[in-house]
Amino acid sequence: MMELLQTLQLLGQDVFGAAWLPVWTAIKIMVIILPIMGGVAYYTLAERKVLGFMQIRPGPNRVGYWGLLQPVADGIKLLTKEFIIPTGSNKFLFVAAPILALAPALAAWAVVPFFDGGELANVNAGLLYLLAMTPLGVYGIIISGWASNSKYAFLGALRSAAQIVSYELAMGFALVCVLLAAQSMNLGDIVRAQNQHAGLLGWFWIPLFPMFVVYFISGVAETNRAPFDLAEGESEIVAGFHVEYSGMGFAIFFLAEYANMILIAALSVVLFLGGWLNPFHGWGALGELTDQIPGLIWMLGKMSLFLFIFLWFRATFPRYRYDQLMRLGWKVFIPLTLIWVVVVAAWMQTSYWLW
Amino acid sequence: MNKLIKFFKSFLLLELLKGMSVTGRYFFARHITVEYPEEKTPQSFRFRGLHAQRRYANGEERCIACKLCEAVCPAMAIKIEVAERADGSRRTTQYDIDLTKCIFCGFCEESCPVDAIVETRVYEYHGEKRGDLYYTKEMLLAVGDKYEEQIAKDRAADAKYR
Repeated sequence: MMELLQTLQLLGQDVFGAAWLPVWTAIKIMVIILPIMGGVAYYTLAERKVLGFMQIRPGPNRVGYWGLLQPVADGIKLLTKEFIIPTGSNKFLFVAAPILALAPALAAWAVVPFFDGGELANVNAGLLYLLAMTPLGVYGIIISGWASNSKYAFLGALRSAAQIVSYELAMGFALVCVLLAAQSMNLGDIVRAQNQHAGLLGWFWIPLFPMFVVYFISGVAETNRAPFDLAEGESEIVAGFHVEYSGMGFAIFFLAEYANMILIAALSVVLFLGGWLNPFHGWGALGELTDQIPGLIWMLGKMSLFLFIFLWFRATFPRYRYDQLMRLGWKVFIPLTLIWVVVVAAWMQTSYWLW
Repeated sequence: MNKLIKFFKSFLLLELLKGMSVTGRYFFARHITVEYPEEKTPQSFRFRGLHAQRRYANGEERCIACKLCEAVCPAMAIKIEVAERADGSRRTTQYDIDLTKCIFCGFCEESCPVDAIVETRVYEYHGEKRGDLYYTKEMLLAVGDKYEEQIAKDRAADAKYR
């Protein structure tokens, strides 16, 4: 595999010369983006299936075997639908908003390590980059809400903005704890810091368990997913910020939302569940056997666990009321994370810090 | 103290976990969906579907044009014209049911003294225009001829409750 990559590199340098680096980067971007798009498509199917199963019904099962072609049918439907631009809208911003929502959702993937060394950009300030990128998606939502010139869209956009600002704080403090524990902002190094001979007991989810929970719940709130989907709130404000969008515009918001969900799942795995690491590493024979499985498989397996939990939440919990949402963010999560930052910092000075 | 317990209960997300265990259990439960074209729900022999006009075994139509069904029909979906036939018996010349008006209450069936108008178990029919659902006497008789076996069986099964 490695030799193949090396010959490819040499061949590329011969053919493209100095232009090889951008070309090689573009190839790597494609290798990351295309599976994410496919993953989003099939995640929508998984969502409908899981929701169906939890409501004791089979979910979509008519298009293709077991409904496997459903995302393709949905995609074709959305592509061929008319993209309506409302008369009263600000046309430029109306078209730009979905792009502004999708771009940061995809850009954040640049620093996510899929396996050892398997990231697009090995940025040392990776965590900061993520903190900068993920909330940028809210611009897409706010702009779409304002440009639509519709009260429901505007209400949804404002709700979303307030919500993301509140939860970004708790999320940031949770990340500070990880940063303290790993003593690095490079996502690859954060994973390597969890690489001890205790397998899954060596990962950060044990010392940082409250942060792990807070991070994931904030992540759910950040992506505007149930039970924090007040920005969409289909029973109160129709569909929130994207009421006025149809066809591809709607599809791009959809893509952005799901790409963000997959991103949050990937980050939870990288920060708290040891990324590409084998959970049984160092557990005798079992550890040696499972060490054969490539890191990418572990990474994807752990991600799908979180993606399932996203759907499980949606199937279980009713939507929060807005004041409850704010109470949870400001009065529970932020104090909790602040306390835990201090606890972790103090804990690390003692000899009881095993991680 | 109670307040403290309540605080820890909500702080440790116990109620939420309980809720998730319920949905998690149902995730593995058997589906109760009836997948319609392949599977169908069981029907009662009293099912009230598409109407039919019956005949006696010798091929003579049962309807004697008493107009009870027309009178009882709450939706006024039935239209009957009467004339004397060549053999001197009282028969309908026109017996129409407008299925777009019909509410499938089954009163016509109950009021009929000779079991001529009945409602069958057939519910999978359609019309592409409004007129397609305007059933004339010939159409009703054709339905009756087609499903006579099932209709007779259902009447026999219901007879002991009447």
